[in-house]
Amino acid sequence: MMQQALPAVSNDPLLDVDNLVVEYPVGNKIVHAVSGVSLQIARGETLGLVGESGCGKSTLGRAVLQLRRPVSGRVLFDGQDLTAMQGDTLRLMRQRVQLIFQDPIASLNPRRRIGDIIAEPLIISGVKDAAKRQKLVDEALSAVGLDPALVVGRLPHEFSGGQCQRICIARALVLNPEFIVCDEPVSALDVSIRAQILNLLEEMKARYGLTLLFIAHDLAVVKAVSDRVAVMYLGRLCEVGPSEQLFAKPAHPYTALLIEAIPVPDPDVRPAETVPVGEPPSPISPPSGCRFRTRCPRADQRCSDEVPELRAVASGQFVACHHPLI
Amino acid sequence: MTESTLLSIEDVIVDLPTPRGNLRAVDRVDLTVGAGRTLGVVGESGCGKTMLSRAILQLLPKKAKLSGRVMFDGQSLLQLSPEKLRKLRGRSLAVVFQDPMTSLNPVLTIGTQLIETLQEHLELDMRAATKRSVELLAAVGIPAPEQRLTQYPHQLSGGMRQRVAIAIALSCEPKLLIADEPTTALDVTIQAQILDLLAREQRRRHMAMILITHDLGVVAGRTDEVAVMYAGRVVERAPTPALFKKMRMPYTEALLAALPKIDAAPHTPLPAISGRPPDPTRPLKGCSFSPRCRYAWAQCHVEKPRLEESDSPGHQFACFRPIDTSAGAGA
Ligand SMILES: Nc1ncnc2c1ncn2[C@@H]1O[C@H](COP(=O)(O)OP(=O)(O)OP(=O)(O)O)[C@@H](O)[C@H]1O
Ligand SMILES: Nc1ncnc2c1ncn2[C@@H]1O[C@H](COP(=O)(O)OP(=O)(O)OP(=O)(O)O)[C@@H](O)[C@H]1O
Ligand code: SF4
Ligand code: SF4
Ligand SMILES: [Mg+2]
Ligand SMILES: [Mg+2]
Repeated sequence: MMQQALPAVSNDPLLDVDNLVVEYPVGNKIVHAVSGVSLQIARGETLGLVGESGCGKSTLGRAVLQLRRPVSGRVLFDGQDLTAMQGDTLRLMRQRVQLIFQDPIASLNPRRRIGDIIAEPLIISGVKDAAKRQKLVDEALSAVGLDPALVVGRLPHEFSGGQCQRICIARALVLNPEFIVCDEPVSALDVSIRAQILNLLEEMKARYGLTLLFIAHDLAVVKAVSDRVAVMYLGRLCEVGPSEQLFAKPAHPYTALLIEAIPVPDPDVRPAETVPVGEPPSPISPPSGCRFRTRCPRADQRCSDEVPELRAVASGQFVACHHPLI
Repeated sequence: MTESTLLSIEDVIVDLPTPRGNLRAVDRVDLTVGAGRTLGVVGESGCGKTMLSRAILQLLPKKAKLSGRVMFDGQSLLQLSPEKLRKLRGRSLAVVFQDPMTSLNPVLTIGTQLIETLQEHLELDMRAATKRSVELLAAVGIPAPEQRLTQYPHQLSGGMRQRVAIAIALSCEPKLLIADEPTTALDVTIQAQILDLLAREQRRRHMAMILITHDLGVVAGRTDEVAVMYAGRVVERAPTPALFKKMRMPYTEALLAALPKIDAAPHTPLPAISGRPPDPTRPLKGCSFSPRCRYAWAQCHVEKPRLEESDSPGHQFACFRPIDTSAGAGA
C-alpha cells in the first residue's frame, strides 16, 4: 500500500533504493520517518535531496548506509543488497561509502589530533604501514586545500567551522570511496565559507569520480551541485527530476511552494505574499492519502482517500500527486 | 528623509574583555531609523549584528563597555534609569531573537506570558488582557488561539514559538521592533510566512523595524534601507534599491556573488570569497576586508577607510577603491 513507483534513471545505477521504510519507536507510538521511498543514483551523479526539517532526509541517508537499519525495503549498492549484509561483509562495504555531517565541529573528536582523526578510517580498514597511512592522510588534506604540515598536529578547536568541514571531507576521502552521503554539509556555514566548500565538493567529485547524495533544505544550494533533485515531504518523495527542469516547471504543489518561498536577492522581485499554508503535521500520525493534503491548496476528497504514486509527467520527471501542476 | 527620525545612534562602540584581550564587537557605528521605516542589517556570523542590537536595547553582557550615543524617540537611552529602560523595552521598544526560547519563559504558559505583559505595560484587567491575547495569537496566525493560552512553549513547534514571541513583542504596540535573525532557525516555507507576518503587522501599526539577517535575499524585498556590517563596522549603507543596483564596497559585492542563485545552471562554480574574517581581538590597521579583497592595494593595508557619502543620495561606503569609479576597482 505504501509502495511508490520506481523511476528508472539508468540501467546500471550505483545506488538503487527500493521501497525503504524506516521507523522510530517513541514510547508506545511510532514515528513514520521514511515511508516507502524508492530512488536511484547513477554512477558519477549527484542527487540532491530537499525538504523541510523533520521530513526524514537524514534518516533516509543514514538508512542507505545502514547506520540505521530499515524496517523493510532494499538498498542495492553496486548490485549488492546492503540490508542483507552483516558484520565483516558490511564493514568492508562501508569503506566504499562515506558520510559527511552538518555540524563539522561536533563530528570531530575534540581530544584527537587532526592527523589521527583522518588516519583512523585507514587503521580500521587495516592499513598497517604507518608511512603509507601518513602519505594517504597528507594527500587527503592537500586535496581539500589544507597544508598537512600545519594541520596534522593540531586539535579541532583550533580551526574554524569551514576548516573543520574541510577536515571532515578529507576524512571522508581518505579511503577513496565511491559514494558519499553529504548531510547538510554547508548549512552551518557562513555565506562566504559556504561557497568555498560547495566549490570544493564539486572539485573532489570531478577528481575522484564520486557519486553523491546531497541533502540540504536550501534549494539554491541543492541546485548548485545536483544533476537531479528529489523533493521529500513527511517521509515520502513528492517529486524527482532533472534540476533545471524541476525548478523551471515543478509538477508537485509542494515543490512549487518551496520555490516560491526562496528569498531572492533582488529588490525588484517583491516577495509574493505567501499563502499561509501552516506547518507540517506530525510524522507520528501522518495524514491519510497524500501526506501534503493538509497544506495543499489543490487538495480534494481523492487526496485524502488515495495515496498518490510516483509517475512520469515529463522526461525524467516523476511526481506523486493526483492533480499535478503540469 | 521626509519622516521623523525615531532612532539615531552615533559613534557606538562595544568592547568586550576576553581572555585573548579586548574584543571590539561594534566599532564606531552610526545609524538612523525613521518612524515606520525598515532598516536591514546584513553581515556574516560574528560581525557584531547582535551586539549592535543589544547596544540599542541596553542589554549587553555585564562586562561589556559601551560608548557613543543612542537617541530613541527623543530620549538618550544611555542616560535612562534601569527602571525607565525596562518600561521602555516592554512598551515602545521591542525585540524578537533568533531563538524564540531567549524571549519566552519555559515554565510559564503562553497565556500567562502574554497576559502579564499586557497587564504590566497597558494596565489592562484580566478579562481585557485575555481577550487581547487571543486576538494577538490569531493575528500572528496561530490556529485555535484560546487553547494555546494554556500551553507551554515546549509544546509548540519552532515556527509557532517564534509566532508567540512576535505576538508578545507586538502586544504593546511598539514604535520600533528589533528582529534579530527571526527566521534563521526556521524552514524556508515558515520563514516566508513569518517575514510576511512581520511586514503586515509593521504596515498596520506604522511600526519601525530593524531586520537583522545574514541573508541578502531576505533584505532585498523587505527593507527600505540596508546597512552591511563587516568586522564590527558598517561598511556600506544605502536605500535598498540603490544598493542592489550599484554596490560600491567590494565586500557587499562579493557577499552577493557568493550566494548560490536559483536561476543559475547546476555545477556553475561560485565566486567564493577566500579566507575568513579577521580575529576580532587582533584588529587590523588597514581595511578589515583587505586580506580577502581582490581589489586591495597598498593604502588598504595601512589605513582604515571611513564611511563616507557618495554622489548618490543616502549611499555611503567605506572603501578606497570603490567599484565602478575611475580611481577604483573594476573600472
Ligand atoms: N532517534 C530518533 N528517535 C525518534 N525519532 C527520531 C529520531 N531521529 C529522527 N527522528 C524523527 O524522525 C523524523 C525524521 O527526522 P530526520 O532527522 O530524518 O529529518 P531531517 O529531514 O533530516 O530533518 P532536519 O532538516 O531537521 O535535519 C522527525 O520527525 C524526527 O523527529
Ligand atoms: N558574551 C560575549 N563575550 C565575549 N565576546 C562575545 C560575546 N558575545 C559575542 N561575542 C563576540 O562579539 C563579536 C560579535 O558577536 P555578535 O553576536 O554580535 O555577532 P553576530 O553578527 O550577531 O553573529 P551571528 O550571525 O553568528 O549571530 C563576535 O566576535 C563574538 O564572538
Ligand atoms: S495529491 Fe492532492 S493533496 Fe497531494 S499534492 Fe497533489 S493535489 Fe495536493
Ligand atoms: S578599502 Fe581596499 S581592501 Fe578595503 S574593500 Fe576597499 S579596495 Fe578592498
Ligand atoms: Mg537532518
Ligand atoms: Mg547574532
